[in-house]
Amino acid sequence: MKEDLSSHAYWKATLGLLTKIMIIWFLVSFGAGILFVDLFNKIQLGGYPLGFWFAHQGSIYIFIVLIFYYAKKMNDLDRQFDVHED
Amino acid sequence: MDLQTTIYLFVGLSFALYIGIAVWARAGSTSEFYAAGGNVHPVMNGMATAADWMSAASFISMAGLIANMGYGGGLFLMGWTGGYVLLAMLLAPYLRKFGKFTVPQFIGDRFYSKSASTVAVVCLLTASLTYIIGQMTGVGVAFSRFLGVSSEVGIYVGMAIVFAYAVFGGMKGITYTQVAQYIVLIVAYTVPAVFISLQLTGNAIPQLGLGSGFSGTDMTLLAKLDLVVTDLGFGQYTTTTAGSTLNMFMYTLSLMIGTAGLPHVIMRFFTVPSVKDARSSAGWALVFIAILYTTAPAVAAMAKLNLHATVNTAVKAGGDLYAPEASIKNEDRPDWMKRWEKTGLLKFEDKNGDGRIQYYNDASKNAAATAKAAAAGWKGNELTVNPDIIVLANPEIALLPNWVIALVAAGGLAAALSTAAGLLMAISSAVSHDLVKNIFIPGISEKGELMAGKISMAVAIVVAGYLGLNPPGFAAGTVALAFGIAASSLFPAIMMGIFSKKMNKEGAIAGMLAGLFITLFYVFAHKGIFFIKGTDFLPMIGGANSFFGITPEAFGAVGAMVNFVVAFLVDKVTKEPPAHIQAMVEAVRIPRGSSAVTGGH
Repeated sequence: MKEDLSSHAYWKATLGLLTKIMIIWFLVSFGAGILFVDLFNKIQLGGYPLGFWFAHQGSIYIFIVLIFYYAKKMNDLDRQFDVHED
Repeated sequence: MDLQTTIYLFVGLSFALYIGIAVWARAGSTSEFYAAGGNVHPVMNGMATAADWMSAASFISMAGLIANMGYGGGLFLMGWTGGYVLLAMLLAPYLRKFGKFTVPQFIGDRFYSKSASTVAVVCLLTASLTYIIGQMTGVGVAFSRFLGVSSEVGIYVGMAIVFAYAVFGGMKGITYTQVAQYIVLIVAYTVPAVFISLQLTGNAIPQLGLGSGFSGTDMTLLAKLDLVVTDLGFGQYTTTTAGSTLNMFMYTLSLMIGTAGLPHVIMRFFTVPSVKDARSSAGWALVFIAILYTTAPAVAAMAKLNLHATVNTAVKAGGDLYAPEASIKNEDRPDWMKRWEKTGLLKFEDKNGDGRIQYYNDASKNAAATAKAAAAGWKGNELTVNPDIIVLANPEIALLPNWVIALVAAGGLAAALSTAAGLLMAISSAVSHDLVKNIFIPGISEKGELMAGKISMAVAIVVAGYLGLNPPGFAAGTVALAFGIAASSLFPAIMMGIFSKKMNKEGAIAGMLAGLFITLFYVFAHKGIFFIKGTDFLPMIGGANSFFGITPEAFGAVGAMVNFVVAFLVDKVTKEPPAHIQAMVEAVRIPRGSSAVTGGH
């Protein structure tokens, strides 16, 4: 079967990537940092209770990773679907 | 060299640097004025965005707020950074592809309606103007505290400096000055933090120090802090939440959506050369922001522990915090406390007349702490500390040399000036481009528009300065309002414009107005109609925080949801957008064919 390279398929792939990233974005901040913070606080990360670490440190680090991961994956998608610039 | 001279030297040098950059980066075209010519390197743009974003509040107040709130303060940390993930994925690359100068222009074109664009301009101006009042007062406060001049003189000097590089340099001048300002402010923030972390934990990296052991004891720093503050009747540092879990959730979400919707941040992504760069630039911005935002919680916890250790010797030595000799004698208090007492930001009152300073929570719900305080003959808390001290006095608390204190002064001013300039840029482009060019004088020449941009910038500086000098009674509530407006009106409208091909102008306008209305309604119910005292109408909505215990600051996310729902309902019953608009949305979604940003139609 030939790979579908239409703009429709490109957009679908983009939305798929966004959904994946938004789930992680939600889990590390709202999940580990707020909703389930008590549960995570039972675990220690060095001198940090883990839930507190996610709220004050960890979620920020993961946000950075998420944006660069997104930028890289989107560049790959652009090339795969031949919609990249220049 | 004495402290005051050192401060003048550092601040003077930093100002000379900004002016020098301004002279070098004069704007000659509208493209340079609005979008810095569209060729700023993504890493440079990230730094400029970080300086633009981190205001006097981030620099001076945030660590103090976190020190007071403990775990709950994490809502600022997550909220003000998580928004960048939304911005990077949902807005920035698409707005860059669209390739126009301003946010209202996107909304106007996408929803083929001047009314939509006008609603966006009104939202943008309200959000930016309310936000800038805080910056101008911040400039005044920073000047008066560090340079020993009055707050008024401070605001005039600040206005003159911003005028010099913003009016002549436009976005180009602002961008390159912000890069310099970022470097000044981040060095100023991290140097004292590294010293204090070394002193307390032996670890030079504050982010790791916060999770390390407390030097001289066998406990971790956070465990020690928890122990000390709960024993003194305060809430446990690592678990005290901000209101209910639901409120903390909504507050964080509101700050995230608001961050992504603030026009002065969004417009920074018009300055990079390509869609690809817009994506990575958001990541770089967050890297540079994170350096401060991950240091802040360490500064907060360490300064708090340091403060307790300063007034109560049992904190460091162990033993009973309530022992009479544990509290330090009034006359033995360190010099920095005496210095800050003069500013009124730190107050000591010997309520039980024993000549010693007792610092504890006298309104505690913790019965054990209250009983111990009563048994020790304590008659109420004797030390009041303004949260702003945490950062400003940090170098003095840690007994650092004068040049570090001078550096913090220059850093605080850099933070306030860079944000003020970014906001002024957003305001002036909305006026000159979206109002003058797109509505009043469509035929205006490029030269005329550039002049209009410079004039509206100058007027905006004067208005901002006036509001900074005569802060309306509502200054404190205004940041909540700016975020509420950005979250409930601008963010949903832009997002739907990109992610829904069928969203039409009726839906978008109805959504923006509904989101804006419900948010203003809730905020005004708590703080008064347009913040006029005595016009609040809490009984009408059933008391404070009546909507599931959500505070007005946390309401932006609710406003955004109302916006989305109303927009989709109205969209369903009105006719779909014309074919060329749907084709335009298709084009915005793919990077190919991106061109330099222009203002043309």
